[in-house]
Amino acid sequence: MADTTPKPEELSKINHTPPLMKGWMDTPVDIKKGIACYGAKGKDLAAVGFPNARDWDPLEEDWKLPENWQDIVHEGFKDRLGKFRSLKLFMDICVRCGACADKCHFFIGSGDPKNMPVMRAELIRSVYRKKFTTGGKLLGKLAGARDLTEDVLKEWWYYLYQCTECRRCSLFCPYGIDTAEVTMMGRELTNLLGLNTGWISAPVANCNRTGNHLGIQPHAFKDMLEFFVDEIEEVSGIKVEPSFNRKGAEILFITPSGDVFADPGTYTCMGYLMLFHYLQSMGLDITWSTYASEGGNFGYFTSHEMAKRLNAKMYAEAKRLGVKWILGGECGHMWRVLNQYMDTWNGPADFLEEPVSPITGTKFENAKSTKMVHIMEFTADLIKNNKLKLDPSRNDHHRVTFHDSCNTARGMGILEEPRYVINSVCNNFYEMPPETIREQTFCCGSGAGLNAGEDMELRMRGGLPRANAVKHVHEKHDVNMLACICAIDRAVLPTLMEYWVPEVGVTGVHELVGNALVFEGENERTTDLRGEPLAGMEDAENV
Amino acid sequence: MNFIVSILFSFFAVIVLVLIPWIGVGALNLRVLFGIIVPYAAMATFLVGIVVKVIGWARSPSPFRIPTTAGQQWSLPWIKHSRLDNPKGTGGVVVRMIFEVLTFRSLFRNTRLEYRGVEGGPRVDYEWEKWLWLAALVFHYSFFVIFLRHFRLFVQQVPGFVQILNSLDGFMQMGVLPIPGLNIPEVYLTDMLLMLALTYLFVRRIYIPQIRYLSLPADYFPLFLLLSLGFTGILMRYFFRVDITAVKELAVGLFKFHPKSPEGIGVIFYIHLFMISILIAYFPFSKLVHFAGIFLSPTRNLSNNSRMKRHINPWNYPVKYHTYEEYEDDFREKMIEAGLPVDKQPVTPAETGEKE
Repeated sequence: MADTTPKPEELSKINHTPPLMKGWMDTPVDIKKGIACYGAKGKDLAAVGFPNARDWDPLEEDWKLPENWQDIVHEGFKDRLGKFRSLKLFMDICVRCGACADKCHFFIGSGDPKNMPVMRAELIRSVYRKKFTTGGKLLGKLAGARDLTEDVLKEWWYYLYQCTECRRCSLFCPYGIDTAEVTMMGRELTNLLGLNTGWISAPVANCNRTGNHLGIQPHAFKDMLEFFVDEIEEVSGIKVEPSFNRKGAEILFITPSGDVFADPGTYTCMGYLMLFHYLQSMGLDITWSTYASEGGNFGYFTSHEMAKRLNAKMYAEAKRLGVKWILGGECGHMWRVLNQYMDTWNGPADFLEEPVSPITGTKFENAKSTKMVHIMEFTADLIKNNKLKLDPSRNDHHRVTFHDSCNTARGMGILEEPRYVINSVCNNFYEMPPETIREQTFCCGSGAGLNAGEDMELRMRGGLPRANAVKHVHEKHDVNMLACICAIDRAVLPTLMEYWVPEVGVTGVHELVGNALVFEGENERTTDLRGEPLAGMEDAENV
Repeated sequence: MNFIVSILFSFFAVIVLVLIPWIGVGALNLRVLFGIIVPYAAMATFLVGIVVKVIGWARSPSPFRIPTTAGQQWSLPWIKHSRLDNPKGTGGVVVRMIFEVLTFRSLFRNTRLEYRGVEGGPRVDYEWEKWLWLAALVFHYSFFVIFLRHFRLFVQQVPGFVQILNSLDGFMQMGVLPIPGLNIPEVYLTDMLLMLALTYLFVRRIYIPQIRYLSLPADYFPLFLLLSLGFTGILMRYFFRVDITAVKELAVGLFKFHPKSPEGIGVIFYIHLFMISILIAYFPFSKLVHFAGIFLSPTRNLSNNSRMKRHINPWNYPVKYHTYEEYEDDFREKMIEAGLPVDKQPVTPAETGEKE
């Protein structure tokens, strides 16, 4: 964590009362270190052909904007109003009732009034009124309209990259106005000017070329998985055998690359490997791909088009390998994209077959068009059909709660499947308060490309509501493990927990599955996948 | 611009609007203008404006299925599916929309943030808060009932349901009023509720600091407009009685497109009529269009079935993506070395290729 990040005691002094006499239009943006991300690097933007590629720094006065930047935004705005009913409608129908105001984790954690979802949208709406409505042109400020100046553009940028597109506000809005839509369109406009962030554009460039966001090349990807193979053997005595880029496999498996490269996602990845190995003798024929090795879609944080370009690889790879269907790992925005965009962008996937579980024969009818099944659906079905021998006591050293990822909760609705799996593989499960889970879940505070290092203060602020709910169950039920089904969660929640609730760890659900899965002929397990002693095994020899 | 400026601007705008018919009819006797021309112009503006607006929205497609899912998806047969909050087909969407439009279901979820700095760190709580929902519901339904009650003035033969509505609305007073001796007719419950709800909605805008901060003149103006409308209506009914027969003659004439401008209606009526004219003309150009917009909202009116049924984006276009061939060309030697299968063997023997 950056040294400059304030301590929790300091940071929790939050004032939610906006200034009394100074209106928001008269308050120019003040771009703060610790809140803003670094600017994009020109080479990363150029690598995928984004316009106006150049290095720039948001903390400097001069953003090196192209001369005709106002025209670019105007044209881009007009174009999107014609393409997206959501944008057009959401610009017109907000009544500013304020129901969304205190629903945003960034407002709760920062108290910055422009982080109220309605305000975030008003920053854009005010320009819309000036450019595209008669009232706004005639009455100006009185009609809530203002010119797009360089200061306004900077304000847009600052607040568009303080939104994680989690859609919690849209749940409470009486008209379903979705700030995620507004943020996505706003980010597309900033992207036209080359104003992206470093931590979004570099992963985009990497995903495009190497297939994953860290830019790991194919041989290294394979090395990592082989490293897990050894780890699994050490813990369980079982040697799993993943295959890569294998033509003729029945199923292609795609998970976010975070699971392959960063703890504690790596343990979740081991969980997948163990599950697949367990099912191998029962007829599972599955392959990994190094080309489509990123389930997550950083393009989604730049533009619809870039998201589509990155997403296209999944079907392309499935087609090349000749698989029947695709299984997707635990990830948040990956599943928002797969559920609500993939088929529309890159379908129809008529070269694939309707997914059927080779183990249980269950037809996944809800995925019959995309042909892409969520691993939580797949595993829940296995457990329901008694296909897995599980020993939940191997997770007895964990007292678990579950964090619904914003995208899978509000952009899909996969709520019961993970809970069913968790309850099958653990004995101690406790829910956080109802206002903080399921469809009302709080974001980790670092999604939508905000999981950089330089904006740590923002992340700790945005994660406060989630952390606070964890703290509640930690104090009440001694919860020490936060389960989730999202790779960004696994990457960022450990830092968040360390900051606000230091005694709680973070795990993917399939890590818990891997712990509980009983193989024939395995060693007696004394540790979990992390090498930590199981309950009652603290004194065992090989710990 | 701060909230005081916003309020004053909106308030005086409404005052000026009140003065226009007051002078126009009271001093200049422009009854035809204010009794016939303005109402027709307002109606025309409303109709044309709304049609243009809705067509404008509808011309932009919904390229993606983006419902906000607020419950369990339809997946495995043994998992209980939330039909209403995560609809998988048109039926569910229709029910979801009905609840949204008639009961403001999303707003009903509302909670209030309670942030406390306590010993050992902050505490974030979410308290019960249904007042906004209640006030919104009371306002809209009262307005609707009052609108229906006005049918007794619009049509010659008062429809049965209007009579029932009238007596129900008045009956609810349960004999508290009329107060004997004051010559006040029975009091309509909805009149009181409407004014109460509007007052609440106004007061919360100034009282709650966040709402005060985000409110624009465009939020105060319609509130003042509606309050003036209610106020003139109440004045007319309970205090400055107008010649109701003449009012009916004018109203029926308007609706039959045989406009008449009878004499002897008090100026208060023209103020009331002018304010409603302003309101309906203002509708299409303001946030009040939400009444039409809600039906088109893609996060509510689409079903969550895009994995099951292909959704078409009318402007979908092919994009250039990084193909497997390009990828393999980039990494072929390394892949071969790592034992990964490749589609194409290197043209030159592997040993001349770059070594790690």
